[in-house]
Amino acid sequence: MELLLHQVLAGLATGGIYACMALAVVMIYQAIDHLNFAQGEMAMFSTFIAWQLLQWGVPYWAAFVLTIAISFLAGVVIERTVFKPIHKAPVLTHVVMFIALFAIINSAAGFIWDFTIKSVPSPFGTQPLFGQRLISAHDAGMIAVTLVLLVLLYLFFRHTRVGLAMRAAAANPDSARLAGIRVGWMVALGWGMAAAVGSVAGMLIAPVVFLEPNMMLSILLYGFAAAVVGGLTSPGGAVFGGFAVGVVENLAGTFIPYVGRELKLSIALFIIVAVLIVKPSGLFGRRVVTRV
Amino acid sequence: MHDRAVAHVKSPPAGTLAGVSLDIWRRLAIAGALAVALAVPFAAKNFFIFQMTLAIIYAIAILGLNLLTGFNGQFSLGHSAFYALGAYTAAIMMEHGGLGYYWTLPAAGMVCFVAGFLFGLPALRLEGIYLALATFALAVAMPQILKSTPLEPWTGGVQGIVIIKPDAPFGLPLNSDQWLYFLSLAVALVLYACAVNLVGSRTGRAMIAIRDHPIAASAMGINVSLYKSLTFGVSALYTGVAGALGAVAISFVAPDSFTFVLAIGLFVGLVVGGVGSIPGTLFGGLFVLFVPNIAEHISKGLAGAAYGVILMLIIYAMPSGAAGLCRLIIGKFVRHGR
Amino acid sequence: MLSRRLLMATAAAGLVAVATPAAAQKKYDTGASDTEIKIGNINPYSGPASAYGLIGRTIGAYFKKVNDDGGINGRKINYISYDDGYSPPKAVEQARKLVESDEVLLIFQSLGTPSNTAIHKYMNAKKVPQLFVATGATKWGDPKSFPWTMGWQPNYQSEGRIYAQYLLKNHPQGKVAILYQNDDYGKDYVKGLKDGLGGKIKIVAEAPYEPADPTVDSQIISLKASGADVFFNVTTPKFAAQAIKKMHEIGWKPVHLLNNVSNSVGSVLKPAGFEAAKGILSTGYIKDATDPTWKDDAGLKEWAAFMDKYFPEGDKTSSFTVYGYTVAQTLVQVLKQCGDDLTRANVMKQAASLKDFAPPMLLPGIKINTSSTDFYPIEQMQMQRFTGERWELFGPIISGEVGS
Repeated sequence: MELLLHQVLAGLATGGIYACMALAVVMIYQAIDHLNFAQGEMAMFSTFIAWQLLQWGVPYWAAFVLTIAISFLAGVVIERTVFKPIHKAPVLTHVVMFIALFAIINSAAGFIWDFTIKSVPSPFGTQPLFGQRLISAHDAGMIAVTLVLLVLLYLFFRHTRVGLAMRAAAANPDSARLAGIRVGWMVALGWGMAAAVGSVAGMLIAPVVFLEPNMMLSILLYGFAAAVVGGLTSPGGAVFGGFAVGVVENLAGTFIPYVGRELKLSIALFIIVAVLIVKPSGLFGRRVVTRV
Repeated sequence: MHDRAVAHVKSPPAGTLAGVSLDIWRRLAIAGALAVALAVPFAAKNFFIFQMTLAIIYAIAILGLNLLTGFNGQFSLGHSAFYALGAYTAAIMMEHGGLGYYWTLPAAGMVCFVAGFLFGLPALRLEGIYLALATFALAVAMPQILKSTPLEPWTGGVQGIVIIKPDAPFGLPLNSDQWLYFLSLAVALVLYACAVNLVGSRTGRAMIAIRDHPIAASAMGINVSLYKSLTFGVSALYTGVAGALGAVAISFVAPDSFTFVLAIGLFVGLVVGGVGSIPGTLFGGLFVLFVPNIAEHISKGLAGAAYGVILMLIIYAMPSGAAGLCRLIIGKFVRHGR
Repeated sequence: MLSRRLLMATAAAGLVAVATPAAAQKKYDTGASDTEIKIGNINPYSGPASAYGLIGRTIGAYFKKVNDDGGINGRKINYISYDDGYSPPKAVEQARKLVESDEVLLIFQSLGTPSNTAIHKYMNAKKVPQLFVATGATKWGDPKSFPWTMGWQPNYQSEGRIYAQYLLKNHPQGKVAILYQNDDYGKDYVKGLKDGLGGKIKIVAEAPYEPADPTVDSQIISLKASGADVFFNVTTPKFAAQAIKKMHEIGWKPVHLLNNVSNSVGSVLKPAGFEAAKGILSTGYIKDATDPTWKDDAGLKEWAAFMDKYFPEGDKTSSFTVYGYTVAQTLVQVLKQCGDDLTRANVMKQAASLKDFAPPMLLPGIKINTSSTDFYPIEQMQMQRFTGERWELFGPIISGEVGS
């Protein structure tokens, strides 16, 4: 029973990682209607920037804010230079561009900062929270930041003019343009914000998994899985999905006899596909009704 | 959504070029390509023949993916799983069943057809990006499943299976590389001919109708579910046959050969070749094989980045793939009949 | 400039070369000539395993140094290294390219068990040396069936047995928990340990992880819950650091045996935290450039000078650069011994006649020895204990049992 409790808590802690990434995934999906396969790499690169700033002696919170700003700008620049020329191209072309971007960022990070793992300090410390050994201060802090981000994003998309404009631009670019929304810049803004959210995720994840160029490879997959389970249109669903995936994966790995240990990831993925088959738009997603 | 999702397949342009009808040009091009293909094994080094064999095999796999994505509008980022299934079917039949490699090709095709059809049933409920992720999950899970303990007696676990490279039969004066090249070429010709016929047939029109407008297709009495699942099966069949050929050509299968990197490679090959173009898949096969070599030639430390840059440039130069570019060029020179 | 130490080592081994009668006349196979020796290599420079690409680049840098110093017996090394992205089919393609198109004399340090398995048969059928492969699997030392293939580093199973011996002697009542990577590397270690224990010590829990897993937290919690008091940690650097950190967080303090793959001070123990890593046991055969113990060591200084001059962009905290440097020295030694008989057969013969060769970055007392029946170059290791800042060697130099 104690093992169960421990595994659930560890699952929530790992789930916080996925939730963080899933939020970034939902962010970009809201803005451009695509899943950005290079998002994990962008977050990884941002984290390296933060690490480099810390190495240069910049205080933690200054580096934190600076990294978010740099990431935001980088996101906007990438959209304007790389993706604007092909914004009319079909989805598959976009996916290939994401793959290209992925390869470039991953390779460049390895070239600049090498592949040896780097430890990134946690702003919350790694000591156990309140003296118990179940969950560390960093895990708790990460979950808290994720929830704060969630609330901010929710307010942004529901209650600000820019947020609404951005959703309109993604959902129906033509109508949005007619309504006077500058769709192109909304997309760029979405990229910037997604990169910024991603950089926060990266900086929070790195103290747990250690920073290296392939840090995000699998985390992005889990982030996608979490976002899809929760529903790509729902930030709250994505966060819930993150925690759910973390817990389910740990429990499957621990308690399913014989194959559970080896096929932990496969079982988690299978469960996700099963959820999708029952609820094709995720647990909290909106069903898109096509007009005939 | 769907019209944005997939590039349109244009029917072959009618018209004339230099006074000769395009149809004749097309036949000439095919005959020329075939002549070159037949000459390669007698003019090139064994190593190059081997590379071309692999390119043909990848082209077949990409053709399978194209039938699904290009002609039926279903995404897949998981075709490495079917490629692996075909390869392992072949390897296990040869290793444990002691069967000849030629038996493994139809067997791998059938196994993958069934697997693809079964996977296609639940996939019916998923659309666009959700289907892409579900298939990607399949690609990620496949290597783990292949090396899992329950399957280890058959799959050889992480060590994989080493198989024997076949020699030319009937005392043909060919070395094993040349023989495998001709075998792959022959299989490819049959499969390409089938694909052309399939796409042009009533079934093919139904597939395309489903891609372009599923609701209208269903209103016209097309059994959308059945056709989509069948297309998934046929697509997996093509990729599985390619996998079996690949296993024979490489003479080795292991879980590490079939990671999601392969799935992404096939997908990239599909897009740069041209979504919804059958000849484009040949370019895709060549791309998958040769571009990583070019990339690492540019820089060792930045091989991945070089690959990414090349990929980006190709997309800018030909946003609808090699096939799209060809169509554009031909379109400039053609005098239209009407 | 070669170091005095290396000169001494090569002089000692040089006697063997002089004694070889074939050294008298010049004999060449494809890939060697009066001016050049062509050496092929396959490394993952792209894809998820690209971290290993550092080894291939270090080797290239070292060969450049060798060429600048006048080459080997007057011949320059032409080093051709290709990327296989850790994919076996690509490795086959690249191996064939090297052998059939570039026409190399031998393939050196091809990396990864799957990739080497894929080309194993081909290389032996073609009778081209597949020399000093970069994997610790046991199957590379089988001269009867595969006379053209040879490993280099101590194999994983031997190391597992060394830990078993240690446990039998010091913790005969222990209960063992194992965390291992779910591939050939992890399974070989586990097999070595189990064979060595012979069922005399109970293994109470085993948890595999996938290289794609984000963390191993869940596994560590399960292993702790098993009640084990010995922990065998078979993980690659990132996961080793995660495990050490997590164990410290949840307050699990078993006897901790860490595999050699991940015992770098700078790239594993320091990121994990010295406090958490204190008391860990491991084995070594190569000097750790980040361990202050070797701060004033002549071999280390020489390596650092090489890195500064020929590979300044290379990562000095990574053990891969030391590894690549040392394995390249081993090949240079073999080629020197070949003299003017640069046939593939003689390369294998000389590779199988290394006598007490001690490259400067091996731990003191560890020597490379091979023979026509012994295709395991490095078989000696020494156990070490982490004191909180550096490794402290203890006990005798132990020879592995597998293959000797």
